[in-house]
Amino acid sequence: MSASTAVLKSEARLFSREPGSLFWIGAFPTVLLVILGLIPSFRDPDPAMAGLRTIDLYVPIVVLLSLIMAGLQAMPPVLAGYRERGILRRMSTTPVRPVSLLTTQIVLHAAAALCSAVIAMAVGRLVYDVMLPKQLFGYALALVLATLGALAAGATIAAVSRTTKITTAVGTAVFFPAMFTAGVWFPVQVMPDTLRRIVELTPFGAASQALNEAAAGDWPSWSHLGVTALWTVVLVAAAARWFRWE
Amino acid sequence: MAIIEVNSLRKFYGGRPVVDGVSFAVEEGEIFGILGPNGAGKTTTVECVEGLRVPDAGTVKVAGLHPVSDHAQVTRILGAQLQESDLQAKLTVREALELYSAFYPKPADWGSLAERLGLTDRLTTRFGKLSGGQKQRLFIALALIGNPRIVVLDELTTGLDPRARRDTWKLIEDVRDSGVTVLLVTHFMEEAQHLCDRVAVINAGRVAALDTPTGLISRTASSTVISFTPSRPLDDADLTALPAVASVEQKDGRLVINGTDETVNAVISLLARHRITAERLRVADATLDDAFLDLTTDPTDPTDPTDPTDPTDPTDPTMGRAADLTKQEA
Repeated sequence: MSASTAVLKSEARLFSREPGSLFWIGAFPTVLLVILGLIPSFRDPDPAMAGLRTIDLYVPIVVLLSLIMAGLQAMPPVLAGYRERGILRRMSTTPVRPVSLLTTQIVLHAAAALCSAVIAMAVGRLVYDVMLPKQLFGYALALVLATLGALAAGATIAAVSRTTKITTAVGTAVFFPAMFTAGVWFPVQVMPDTLRRIVELTPFGAASQALNEAAAGDWPSWSHLGVTALWTVVLVAAAARWFRWE
Repeated sequence: MAIIEVNSLRKFYGGRPVVDGVSFAVEEGEIFGILGPNGAGKTTTVECVEGLRVPDAGTVKVAGLHPVSDHAQVTRILGAQLQESDLQAKLTVREALELYSAFYPKPADWGSLAERLGLTDRLTTRFGKLSGGQKQRLFIALALIGNPRIVVLDELTTGLDPRARRDTWKLIEDVRDSGVTVLLVTHFMEEAQHLCDRVAVINAGRVAALDTPTGLISRTASSTVISFTPSRPLDDADLTALPAVASVEQKDGRLVINGTDETVNAVISLLARHRITAERLRVADATLDDAFLDLTTDPTDPTDPTDPTDPTDPTDPTMGRAADLTKQEA
């Protein structure tokens, strides 16, 4: 077994031992979708939204919520803890670079977030008859970009925070605006115009709009994809630039 | 041939020198100890050997390699146990051993290592649930798991009970006997005295002395301690006139005389002359503790009882000690 396979196997096993992370990333978004769908008016078609139901709008939102949970809530304390508790340091005395531990964690959180997104879409389809995205490739592209953005944001938080406690606090502070811009309180489409235009400049606001467009069968507009991609690039650069190993 | 060479190593933190010109060479197959008070720069020195820190000046060579620029090669031949580090809390002992085995091209058999370190009945325990001593033993196992040529152990037996400490010492001796070079940082004098072939005493970022443990002890002003309860009081003048006596203390009728072998003979003849019997007479060698205290006392302190024959040059204390060392070996 190669060293990187061994690290992946070991970290995946550790990930499976975190019931908190598994619940908040894997189950919570879908549970929220099921609860919202229990509100009768959310299942009524609304002529103001081209005949869509509120529950239809909420599927892309809970998909984004999975990414936000994984990237901003679950992952940053893990990365900061590995640094603070000397786990990275211990590893840097072996032939394996400690960066492999960080990349493995990022990959695992991405995988968990995407699994959760698929579960939410499947439950939406089976329980509330929400149509699967009509423009599948556009949807997948927007989803991948948003996942990268969420993980890059989480890595940046872990990079600039000195301790695990600070990391958790900063993660939570960023978590609420991220949920707001993704549309957890009001879907981005139904926001007032000015607010919507501002939200569309944030990574999750833009991703939310891109997912909506793809769900409706259009290719997501390049401006929304571009905003999410630009944020991702900036955040990756920031995380790489400011990450402290000790 | 020296397998670890440290030359005029300097490391500054915030402008303050923590390591200030340390030089030593570790021969292949020996247990080399680094002793020193807290904050003397011991850990920083070995971190430069491990390639975890970049020296500000001076050079470090490990088997001819540079610990920072040849880091990948150095990690394959050097195993390290760090003073402050953890593993993932939910990783079990077995998983940790398997994981770290996978990092090395020719790992040791982790099963027998676990057995030697008394971890066999803890294999399914998670790291976070281990006691301090068990964690320490796991870290020793991980330092040895890659079959290294050199192993660096920082505070090897901290947190171990006396029995586990003895077992660990035996293990380290076996490791040395199999040809592995051991660099050991400690502040346990007993450990250094028991394990080390040679010891460098580091004080305030400099090497204060470098010798075998026995050599260091015999260099102290008072290498022998004589204690007894005399059947009747002795004259103070007679006691202080004893040859090579370093100090005389009297407590509850018991006399404690610090001196050398010469003093011992003189005390015996003094007692015989006055027909005094010595009850509970004990003659003991000074320990490395005494040597350590002698070597690490502030040299600018006028009350410092250092050997007056030692030509300590205030600009370079290592020179005086080195001269002293050649005298010892002659």
